[in-house]
Order: sequence, then structure tokens, then C-alpha cells
Amino acid sequence: MGLLTDLRDSISRVVDRLFSESEPKRIGIYGPPNAGKTTLANRIARDWTGDAIGPESHIPHETRRARRKENVEIERDGKKVTIDIVDTPGVTTKVDYKEFLEHDMEKDDAVRRSREATEGVAEAMHWLREDVDGVIYVLDSTKDPISQVNTMLIGIIESQDLPVLIFANKIDLEESNVERIANAYPQHETVELSALEGENMDEVYAKIAEYFA
Amino acid sequence: MPEATASDNGSGGVQIDLFSGNRMANLTSMEKIRLILDGVRDGNIVILEEGLSPDEESKLIEVTMAEIAPDEFNGIEIETYPRSQTADQSFLDRLMGRQSTQKLTVIGPANQIQTLHKDENLISALVSRK
Repeated sequence: MGLLTDLRDSISRVVDRLFSESEPKRIGIYGPPNAGKTTLANRIARDWTGDAIGPESHIPHETRRARRKENVEIERDGKKVTIDIVDTPGVTTKVDYKEFLEHDMEKDDAVRRSREATEGVAEAMHWLREDVDGVIYVLDSTKDPISQVNTMLIGIIESQDLPVLIFANKIDLEESNVERIANAYPQHETVELSALEGENMDEVYAKIAEYFA
Repeated sequence: MPEATASDNGSGGVQIDLFSGNRMANLTSMEKIRLILDGVRDGNIVILEEGLSPDEESKLIEVTMAEIAPDEFNGIEIETYPRSQTADQSFLDRLMGRQSTQKLTVIGPANQIQTLHKDENLISALVSRK
């Protein structure tokens, strides 16, 4: 019985995707806090629509609500894709308001920010399970990519059978090591970029058009 | 397999609960998550012989976030061996959404456990008292 139900669900998922080709794909931008997700989302939105999605900051958890930019048309190498970009809060398993105190914040503000951050992470997980058609996973290429959050999230994305591109961000920084990311997740394609400086965006858009069209 | 529990005798040590795969197999996802978070919120280190499925991990993050409270509970530290699950699965398993979840998993309070090193074969962590 369970086998039949699983098979029916799998077929249903495939059929749903086949018949929704003309709909914009909702592409979630995921990753740990401070990987540059909003900077990337803003870069894509500005390049193709002229508008930004949200404020960027070096303080963790600046993005505390999933934000969507609809109908972003990307065209590269004869391939065209219309996507809704969903910029999500950085995923973590812990939030301590005391971390925000180090950024010259009053306790009340820090507590409020941490509460909003926890709600944002829960919301991001919900989007991942229910509401995205593909994932751009953004990693800071100056940091060790084999963190538990990254391992878990990529496992969760794979279990949903979602197409995923890994973006190795911040290649403008001297300590950047893209190979470390490619070696950590060899089952997925890794694209290097600097969302802040706009480096390698041609390849970024070509891959988005190729993967999510 | 038996469940082992090592508890301190009131001397301020750290309790470690090791849950066998058999013990977890008959629980629903939410029962597993509740078992883990109740233990962790009591300051215990929870070790799962066979880990959680990706879907359960996702829900664990979500429920953990809902329970974080300032000066009370900062969340969890969770560690498993990094491993590509897709490489281990057959096409049929992937088609059916069946996941290989047999990976030792260590979960503890974020303010008491700190990962020192992790690779495919070793997780080294520092556990402190409350």
C-alpha cells in the first residue's frame, strides 16, 4: 500500500512539473547567514528588472522574511526562463540575541531581531518543503563549506528532487577557495561569482537559464 | 539494539542519551523531534544511531526555531558525517523518495556543544556543562 502511494506521489510530482512549464519557476536562494544571498538576489533583480529586493548588511540575519521578486525574465545563449526569485533568510540551527549586541544593538532590539530571525528560518524551511521549484545554494567561498547546516540543507534539497545550482560567492576576496566547495559537493555544479562586484555574472545567468528553463 | 543512557549522579556532569535505530524506528517524525528537543532542552547530549531523514531534519530545524527563547534556549548543535546520499541510492530509491538515513547523529544544546573538527570519518566535539 505504502509502495503504491509513494509511486503515485512520484508520478504526480513529475506530471505536475511537465504541465507547469509555462509558469514562472520559483527559485529559492538558500544558504547560511552572510553568504551573500540578498546581494545576489538584488544583483539578479537589478540586472533584469531594474529594482532591488531588499537591504544588504554584514550583520547576520538582515533578511528575516522570505522576499519574492516575480516574473524576472532571464535570457542567455538562446535560452529564456521566467523565474520568481525568493530571497530567504540564512538557515541555522541556533540564534543567540547576544550575537547582535556585538553589532552595537540595544538588548531590546537584539531580542526582537533574534525572534524575527527564528521565524524567518522556520519560514525558509517551509518554503523549501512546499513552495520552491528549484534552488540556488549560495556559499561564502572564503569559508569551510562542510558545515552541518550546508550538509543538511543540501540533503533536504536532494530529497525533494529539486534542481540545484551551487554558487561560490565572494571570489573577489583573497581567501576565496572555489575548489574546496566543488570538492565538497561534487554531485552538483558549482559556479563561481562575486555578487557584490558583478564578477562572472554571464556564466551565472547562462547556468540559471540552462538549469531552470 | 539496546538503548544506553549515561547519566551524571548529581555532580553536575553531562547526560548522554544514545538511541538505537530500533528505538526510533517505531516513532513518528514529530515524536522523534519531541524526544530530541526535550532531551536537549534538559541539557543532554542526544546521539541517534541511525539519524533522521532529510524531511525530519527540516522539521527539526523548524521546531527548534519555534522554541528558541532569549536567555533560555539558543537552539541546537547537530552533527552528522558529511556524505553524499545520492551516491548511495539506487534509481528506484530516488524515484520513490527513499532516503538512506543511517548516519550517526549527535545533537546537543548550542551553548554546550562545540564542534572542533569534522570530516567523513571523524566528528570531534567539545561538550561543556550548563
